[in-house]
Amino acid sequence: MKRLLEGIPLRALALLGVFAAALVIAPLFVSNYVLSVLIIVLYFAYVGQAWNLMIGFAGQLSLGHALFVGIGAYASAALFVHFGVGPWIGMFVAVALSVLVGCIIGYLGFRFSIRGVYFALLTIAFAEFTLVIVDHIPWLGSTGGLFLPVANRDRIDLLSLRGSQVMFYYVILTLTGAALVLCRLLLNSKLGLYWQAIREDQESAEAIGVHLFRYKMIAVAISSGLTGIAGVWYAFYYNNLFPETTFSTAKSIELILGTVVGGVGTLFGPILGAFILTPLGEVLTHLTEDLKIDGIKTFFWGLCVAAIVLFRPAGLWPWLSTLLGLDTKRNGGG
Amino acid sequence: MPAEIYLNVAVSGILTGLIYGLSALGLSVIFGVIRIVNFAHGEIMVLGMFLTLVIFRHLGIDPLLSLPLVAAILFGFGYLLQDWVVRRVAHLADHMQFLLMAAVAVILVSVCLMLFGPDAQGAQVGYAYDSFRIGPVIVDKVRLYAGLAAIVVAGALFAFFRYTGTGKAIRACGDNYLGAQVVGLNVRKLYALTFGIGCACLGAAGAILLLLIDVHPYLGPPLTLLAFIIVIVGGMGSLPGAMLGGVLIGASEALAGLILQPSLKSAFSFGLLILVLLIRPQGLLGKAAQ
Repeated sequence: MKRLLEGIPLRALALLGVFAAALVIAPLFVSNYVLSVLIIVLYFAYVGQAWNLMIGFAGQLSLGHALFVGIGAYASAALFVHFGVGPWIGMFVAVALSVLVGCIIGYLGFRFSIRGVYFALLTIAFAEFTLVIVDHIPWLGSTGGLFLPVANRDRIDLLSLRGSQVMFYYVILTLTGAALVLCRLLLNSKLGLYWQAIREDQESAEAIGVHLFRYKMIAVAISSGLTGIAGVWYAFYYNNLFPETTFSTAKSIELILGTVVGGVGTLFGPILGAFILTPLGEVLTHLTEDLKIDGIKTFFWGLCVAAIVLFRPAGLWPWLSTLLGLDTKRNGGG
Repeated sequence: MPAEIYLNVAVSGILTGLIYGLSALGLSVIFGVIRIVNFAHGEIMVLGMFLTLVIFRHLGIDPLLSLPLVAAILFGFGYLLQDWVVRRVAHLADHMQFLLMAAVAVILVSVCLMLFGPDAQGAQVGYAYDSFRIGPVIVDKVRLYAGLAAIVVAGALFAFFRYTGTGKAIRACGDNYLGAQVVGLNVRKLYALTFGIGCACLGAAGAILLLLIDVHPYLGPPLTLLAFIIVIVGGMGSLPGAMLGGVLIGASEALAGLILQPSLKSAFSFGLLILVLLIRPQGLLGKAAQ
């Protein structure tokens, strides 16, 4: 607890508390539509946090993170559909598989010193490869899709993750909160310091005795495992899985956009980014739907993202935290 | 009899591969010199295909004849894109550059969608169903012309980089950024030229490709991925490598489609990509990584 809160200004803690409290009581006040948007926001915040751990903390760029969501989703969904295994047990299998695949990619990449852009392309290749393979596995529904029995939205059955939107909201809220706490603890641990040393300067880190391969592998394992959990939630919330909309590179980009906009390497960037981008998309949808012009929404959306990259290249969180007077010495604070 | 089928499929795969190679050249030139991975690659190529289509529809000019015009327009587009936008992210981390190019891709797709709608459209030329017969091999006329056009454009590009002063200056920028500045090269302008040339390649490749396939706004990502695979297999920054990679991937995809299943052929390419990354990360003809 001490390590968790140490060094965070009181102001930041107070703001975070208000923010968290607002999210906890939100379902009492908002409409179903707003709740569904909040659910997507939190989902992206959670996955962004997991991805950020790899690139933002340890400096390894993955552009194929949809792969781990997909593995988690397909593993738990297949177990549920074919064997009736519930999501909480399925989650162990999902995480194990995601970590395994993450470690295989990491092992190949780091053993053969594939770095930077090349490592990113390796992750894309694995995701796209899996996409084509799943397309051809009838047991996983092939291109036709894998469907879970639709949830009864009136009951709440936490044990098999079947139930109302509010339940899914609280599950993803808990996950997002837990990921934030976990990342904060990791970042301030010895492990986190090793990661940051590798991120800043790999050669120097190695020279002072940081075991590059080991700590990079740990980063990939944790990141892919956390992302796999998101996949389980995704499968049970949406009830349908298609290879193209699960594993494609477009999906991977969607997962990481919020974090890049919010600020890679910061703890709050993934959350802030998700809270900006998803509502931005919704607002643009409403503003442009009367125009009835295909593509105009994505056009403005692309412009917004490009503008953020050009004018706030460090992401929005460092800028916002200065604005709010929350600057701490380390990584953007709370 | 089966041997003839394989031969036919291989030849048509090689000809298609030449166009892939030309498109990959565009990616390779930009990465080799500016060190930016152009994630909007496929979308820029789609833009070229739509331009060709518009010229074909309204002026009735054959795609192969409008090729220089399309290439010139895309050259201008690439020049300005680098000079106004991409230049500003050169100092940023990989993922920021990636995000900017992804945003450019989204904007291009949206523009194409707004202007041309979501449907697949093609240019039907008069010789679309003609073919040549050379011994046992039957070659479609369009495919042969397309492959030859790709060779001509690629040849012109090689000559430009090898024999002209500007071409040499661009290569110098790619080899040694600081050195190029020291000897007084206008690196900013040369970078813009390079990006323009890369995009001109895409325009040419797009114009040629329109002979073989229909275009729609969402065609970009698969073209981008294909170009990545080719460039990595051939060697990032190596121009002959890109052409070689294109031919290899074109032929092996065609054969994989015949032997396995057509829908599995891209898995085959990704498998090849993973293999090359692991065994020879610098690619078949690439220089060893720095």
